This record gives sequence, C-alpha cells and structure tokens, in this order.
Amino acid sequence: MAQAKSMRLIPFEKIASEVATLCIRANSVLPDDVHRAIEQAYARESNPLAKGFLNEYLQNAEIAATEQEALCQDTGFAVFFIEMGEDCAVSGGSLSNAIEEGIRRGYRDGFLRKSIVSDPLFHRINTKDNTPGIIHLTLVPGDQLSITLAPKGGGSENMSAIRMLKPSDGKQGVLDFVVECVRAAGGCPCPPTVVGVGIGGTFEKAAYLAKKALLRDLAQSNSNPDYAALEQEILDKLNQTGVGAQGLGGDVTSFAVHIEFFPCHIASLPVAVNLNCHAARHASITL
Amino acid sequence: MIREICMPLSTEVIHTLHAGERILLSGVVYTARDAAHKRFMETLDRQEKLPFELAGNAIYFAGPCPAKPGRVIGSCGPTTSARMDAYSPRLILECGLSAMIGKGNRSAGVIAAMKKGPCVYFAATGGAGALIARHIVKSEVIAYDDLGAEAVRRLEVYRWPLVVVIDCEGHNLYERNERS
Repeated sequence: MAQAKSMRLIPFEKIASEVATLCIRANSVLPDDVHRAIEQAYARESNPLAKGFLNEYLQNAEIAATEQEALCQDTGFAVFFIEMGEDCAVSGGSLSNAIEEGIRRGYRDGFLRKSIVSDPLFHRINTKDNTPGIIHLTLVPGDQLSITLAPKGGGSENMSAIRMLKPSDGKQGVLDFVVECVRAAGGCPCPPTVVGVGIGGTFEKAAYLAKKALLRDLAQSNSNPDYAALEQEILDKLNQTGVGAQGLGGDVTSFAVHIEFFPCHIASLPVAVNLNCHAARHASITL
Repeated sequence: MIREICMPLSTEVIHTLHAGERILLSGVVYTARDAAHKRFMETLDRQEKLPFELAGNAIYFAGPCPAKPGRVIGSCGPTTSARMDAYSPRLILECGLSAMIGKGNRSAGVIAAMKKGPCVYFAATGGAGALIARHIVKSEVIAYDDLGAEAVRRLEVYRWPLVVVIDCEGHNLYERNERS
C-alpha cells in the first residue's frame, strides 16, 4: 500500500516577509538582462535624443539600486506568478492572505506608491496599501513554492490589446497586429518596450500568455524554431518603425518580442499583446 | 549648450521654444493627474478658483512615490499625458495654463488649444523617476491631500532636463519621427 506523502509546511509569516522584500527588490533593482538590453541599445542607437534617454535609464537604475528607491514612481499593480508544489502547504493562514500581507508591508516599508482603487468605475477610492494583488497560481510537482512578482505600471498596461483573428489571417495577421499595437502606443509605454505576445488558447488564455511572456529572459528566444523566427521577424519590423526611446524617434523601439503559444480551437486565432516599459521589472524567490 | 528656462514663462519665451529643443527647467511647477484634473473641472463648473494660478505656470502630470526619511520626494517621473486630453484645453483657454510636462502624444484638440494659448508641452523622461527626483529641491502638497499620490504638489525644480515636444505653433516631435 502506498504511504501518504508528508506535506512540507511553509509558515504564513515566512511568505509574507519574503513577499514584502520581493516588492521592494522588484521595484528598485533593474533585472540584469534588462540592464544589458539597455546597454546594447545605447551602443547601437544613432539618434542623439534617444541615446540621451537610454543613458538616463542607466543612471536612473544606478540611483534606484544604490538608494533602494523605486525605478519608476508607478510601482504598479503587484502581479504574481506562483508555482506551488503539490506537496507543500501554508501553515498559519492562507497563501492569498500571506501574499496580500506581503504587498501591504512591502509597499509601506519600501516607500512605494499605492496605485490601486477599490472600484474601477463608480468609486475610484485608493485602497492605500496597494492591495489587492493579482495572483496566477499553478500547481506543480514537488514541495517548493516559487513566487515571481512583476509590478505592472499603468502606462504600458493601458497599451495592451487583444484581437480574435481568423485562422486565415495567419502569420501575417499576427505580425500586422503586433506592429499596429506598438506603433499606436507610441511614447506612452516608455519605449524601448518588451513585447509579450500570447497566441492561441481562448480569449483570456491569450492575455495570460502575453503577460507571462514578459517574464522570460530577454536574451532567450522561444524554444520552438517557428515561433523564434517570428519573434525575430516582428522585432525587426518594430525597430524599423522609428518610434524609438520615449516615442521621440530612434533605431530601438523594442528590446525583444516574446511569444507564448497554446493549442487553439479550430475556428479561432486569438492574439494578445502586452507591453512592458524599458524598466521591465520582475523578481523571483523560491521557498 | 543646453538652454536654461525658468518658471514662470512669459508669452515671449513660449514663442521661442521649438519642438525638438532640449532645455533645462528651473523654478516652480505643479503636479496634477487624473483625479486632480477631475476636481479642477468641478471647481471651474462651480465658478470657483483653482488651488493655484495657471497663467504663466506649468502642470506636471505626475504622482510621486512617498518620500523616504530625509528625502524631498520619492521617485517622480511623468505619467501618460493623453489621459488629461479631455481636461487640458479648458485649463489652457479659460485659465491661461502656459506649459504642460508629461509623456506621450496629445490630441488634436489639445494642440489647437495650445496654439491659441499660447502653451508649450515638454516631455520628461518616462521611467526615470529616481533620476528626476534628484532635480526636485522642494515639494509641498497644496491641495487635495486626500488623493494621496494624486494630490496637487508645488515642486521646485532645478536644471531638470526636458524636451520641447509640441510647441505653440503646433509642431509635434512625436509625428516628425514616424517612418512608414
């Protein structure tokens, strides 16, 4: 007879305090891959104004990291991607409450801006502690809990779009839609951007994939060669638009295009685009 | 050599600022974003006075992070100006607002009002809030404290690098750089 596996217990307090630290780190330390992408863009940019902006981004990152200060005043919606091992559990409270408590502490102790209103339409009253967060939870084998936080600012998020293409629109339809989104966004999402594209699944799955695509290391292409080639083709097109840093012209409009895809209904071709600004913030911990 | 500009702005100076020019701005600017603009409109509807004089002055579309102990202000970069497009023409035409500071393109309605004003639109560097905070030497909430980050603040800035992106003749740097 198979013996019941023992659950690894992770204390509520441990999760809350680690999440608080994660909120501060994600908002003040530019990820290494993003830092490298800015340096590479600076080296190849020929527009003097754009080059100046890229230089300011590097100075900004240095000040923020040294002073443990927010890279951007829009410290965003706290969006979490959590992979929870099937053999672990939270003791002393629930996972979602621990995350919320971590957000509350992190945004308070890190002097981060509170940007969430309780009701989107009728009563736009600030919740004053940046809660609630958004939690995407996946169950995985094992007994570990890995938490990724990607604080998402309004400027880039507002430029997102989704379109239910026809299967006959094919690759060209996807390419045209992404280019149209980035062009229309202009300087609003603080380019150079990271472009997350979700293809397939359903309406909401495509949007989820587009956001998840923003977490991938900037130097890494899709492991599927067809999608990797499409990522490069779209990126080349985007960098020919002339949108440039801050939307004021230049050779580098986007650092990377990341596509995530999923099986799809015979009638559908959903495509979602989620943009991230030049300070493509994210940080992870494993407990 | 980058030209230094001091607030408040005279009509003569506004006319010398051309799209594409980089400047260093010093003096007083006022922050206001979505919620504060909504209140400005309600105040004007009631025919009451706004919390500060707009003629000759600049609104900076921004909502900073809280200041750490010993600091003037937290991270304080620009927000997307287009969300204020519905409000800006009235502030320019009825109240004489002379300058706006933000990021991203503006609507045809705003640009038409800027030409009548005259009013100039500067871009601050989006996503460089920690760096911009180093150019802010004084900060004080002067209205709508209940709005938190969205309160109206009087900021004193010193040699803050900006770009003239839309001038009072309607020249627009955002459109000049588009490639087909």
